[in-house]
Formats: sequence, C-alpha cells, structure tokens
Amino acid sequence: MRNIFSTRTGIIAVGAVIGIGAALLQYFGNPPNMGICVACFERDIAGALGLHRADVVQYLRPEIMGFVLGAFVAAFLAGEYKPRGGSAPLIRFFLGIFAMLGALVFLGCPWRALLRLAGGDGNAILGLFGLIAGIFIGVQFLKHGYSLGRSYSQRKASGWIFPALMVGLFLFLVFQVTFTPGGPIFFSLKGPGSQHAPIFISLIAGLVIGALAQRSRFCTMGAFRDVILIKDFHLISGAAALLVFAFAMNLILGQFKPGFEGQPIAHTDHVWNFLGMALSGLAFVLAGGCPGRQLFLSGEGDMDASIFATGMIVGAGIAHNFAMASSPKGIAAFGPAAVVVGFLFCLVIGLTQRDKISA
Amino acid sequence: MSTKKVDARGLSCPQPVILVDRAIADGNTDLEILVDNEVARENVSRLINRRGMKADVSQNGPDIIIRTAKSLKIAV
Repeated sequence: MRNIFSTRTGIIAVGAVIGIGAALLQYFGNPPNMGICVACFERDIAGALGLHRADVVQYLRPEIMGFVLGAFVAAFLAGEYKPRGGSAPLIRFFLGIFAMLGALVFLGCPWRALLRLAGGDGNAILGLFGLIAGIFIGVQFLKHGYSLGRSYSQRKASGWIFPALMVGLFLFLVFQVTFTPGGPIFFSLKGPGSQHAPIFISLIAGLVIGALAQRSRFCTMGAFRDVILIKDFHLISGAAALLVFAFAMNLILGQFKPGFEGQPIAHTDHVWNFLGMALSGLAFVLAGGCPGRQLFLSGEGDMDASIFATGMIVGAGIAHNFAMASSPKGIAAFGPAAVVVGFLFCLVIGLTQRDKISA
Repeated sequence: MSTKKVDARGLSCPQPVILVDRAIADGNTDLEILVDNEVARENVSRLINRRGMKADVSQNGPDIIIRTAKSLKIAV
C-alpha cells in the first residue's frame, strides 16, 4: 500500500498542519511562540513530576502524550508497530540529557526555533544557524562511519511501556493527583507553565500531529541533515511548510511581533543561542532524530528512542537544578559549562562510535 | 559486476541511506539491500530513484529486500 503521507505533498501537508496547529494552540492558551515545543514541554513535565522545582515551568503537557499515543495508534494500524531496541541505550540516554541542556540554553527545540521565527523572534535566527552548524558537525561523523550499532527486535509486549507511561501521565493530569501535601504533581500558577490550551484541545492536537508525523516521518533535524548529507530536499519541505504556515497563521491571529528585544520566553545572548542549539543539533544527529521524531519513534515501539526521550526529561531536571537553563533574563551561571561538557561528550561519542566503512 | 549486498537491518536513520549511497558511489549498479522497516525502505528507494535507478521491493519474513533494477541512466 502506498503511503501518501510520505510523498512530497504529504510531508508538506503535515508540516502545514503542525504550523497551523501550533499557532492555534498558542491562540487557545499555550505560551507565546511556544504553541508546540517538544523540549519545553518535556521540561514542563519534568517540573510537574518534581524533577526540578522551577515553579514557572511545571505542567503535564498533553501534546507530548498525544504525540506518542497518536504515533502508536498510527503505527499499529499501518502494521509498523515494531518493538525494537538495544542500540547503545546508555549513550542515547546521555545524548538526550545533553540535547536538552543545549535546548534549554537556547530556550527551545528545533520546532520552537521555527515557531519563534514565525512569531517574529529574531533571536531564533541565531538558534537555527546553530542548529545547522551542529547538524553539519554531526554529518561529518556520519560520513566517517559513525554508528551506534544495530537495534534488534524485542518482544511485542515491550514496546507499550513508553505509551503506557504517557497514559499514566495523562491520568495524573486529568485527576490532578497530589502525592504529598505541597508535593507533586506540581502545576505552575504563573509563568509559561500556567499557560496552556484546554486539556482536550491539546490532547487531540497531539494525537493528530503524532499520527500524521508517524506516517510522514516528519523530522526537523533530518530535514537539514539530508540536505547537507545527500542533497535530499524531501524532509526540509515539511519543515519549511511548518515555518510558512505558522507565520501566516500568526499574521491572521495577530501573533506576529518582529524584533530581538523583549521576545517571549527568549533571551538575546546571540553567542549562546547559537552554541546551545548547535549542541542540540549535534546530539540529535548522533541519536538519529529531533525530539519530536524521537517521540513518534517511541510510539512505534522504538525503545532506543524512548531512552533518548527519557534522557531529555531527566536532562530538563538537571538543567534547572544545576543553574544551566536560561531564562528571559539571559543565560544561567552554568549554561556555558553545560554546553562545553556536552560538546566534549558528543565529540568523543562521534569519534569513537564507528563501524568500519564497508557495506 | 556481481551483486553487491548491503545489510542495513536494525540500523537507524540515515545509515541505510549512507551505506547504499556509498555502494553506488563505488560504482555498483546491481545492489541487493536488506532492511527491516518501512522508513528505511522508503528512504533507500527514494535514494535509488534519485540516483537514476529503479528499486524493486520484495518481502522475506521480517526483512525487506530492495534490489536495483537495470540502471536507467548509468549504462554499465
């Protein structure tokens, strides 16, 4: 059966749906220029669980759960649900941590970098250049035989764990569970964590995008990587559609405000906007997908991708607990150190994890 | 030239594509590629088409076999 979503038209349509969906989610209450941000929303989940105590960014984001579960259902219906794993899980866990540290120095994942630009935030340009630079470095490793090795089929009954975790988190959200007085689950009363669209709008948007992205293989890191690596413009047409349609929708909804200063949930430190996203881009290449793609793969039963996503959630806890996550006031005390250590880690992994170059 | 076999099973994106592209760059036109998921099948097929060849796909249990059909542009 031909998969219409993985055609050129299909990927453009999916990018358009994500762009429009993100602008609408912002309209319905999500934080400005953050209609959808995989890194930020995983960070909010980390906060809700008490992995960090930054009280402005704590919420169980239904979009994330929808991404995984929508992809799970789509993959299942298409016969593509296939539990697999065993390709260097610990390395992927740490790549997830450092990808998140980089993303929180910039304040966004590649999706949000595009959405910030679509909302008029000029600082996103530095982030996108950084992303491309990081991907460019990662591609050099790929060209020299970088590989984390093969994954292997796992039992059918193992791929459900990450989707089940998402169901559990959704139930915590719906029932607003409190485990100890004044303890988790935490929900922000102010700041970005308190800004959210109604639960079921967020969930349905997540499910639709998760299903479409699973079918179309939408990936923002892969978009730039394929252009640099093999001059393939397939995936990037989807990312471009996301940018263009989010921009158009922002104009319609009056959400487009151009400039560098005073942009929502953003800072103007150009150097670290660039370097933070560069670290993330490199980590995404080494792990084989952007944060969104890792969630969709998790839905398909890819346990290596689930490990990466778990690493990102843990990384968000680390970023806030250890003063590495930026804020609108600027970078944090240990943000630069996190980026330097992250680059060292990624360079060592990129140089050491290699197969002999022979097919 | 004999059939060049590429086993890309279990490799994550984009390694199957890189292996096949390298094999094509080495002058192989008669390729038999093993992958084990739909994404790799789509990506490898797309690459083969972009390199001016046709991809012939068949299923063997959990494995997908992609063979390059006779070259369209590159005469051997």
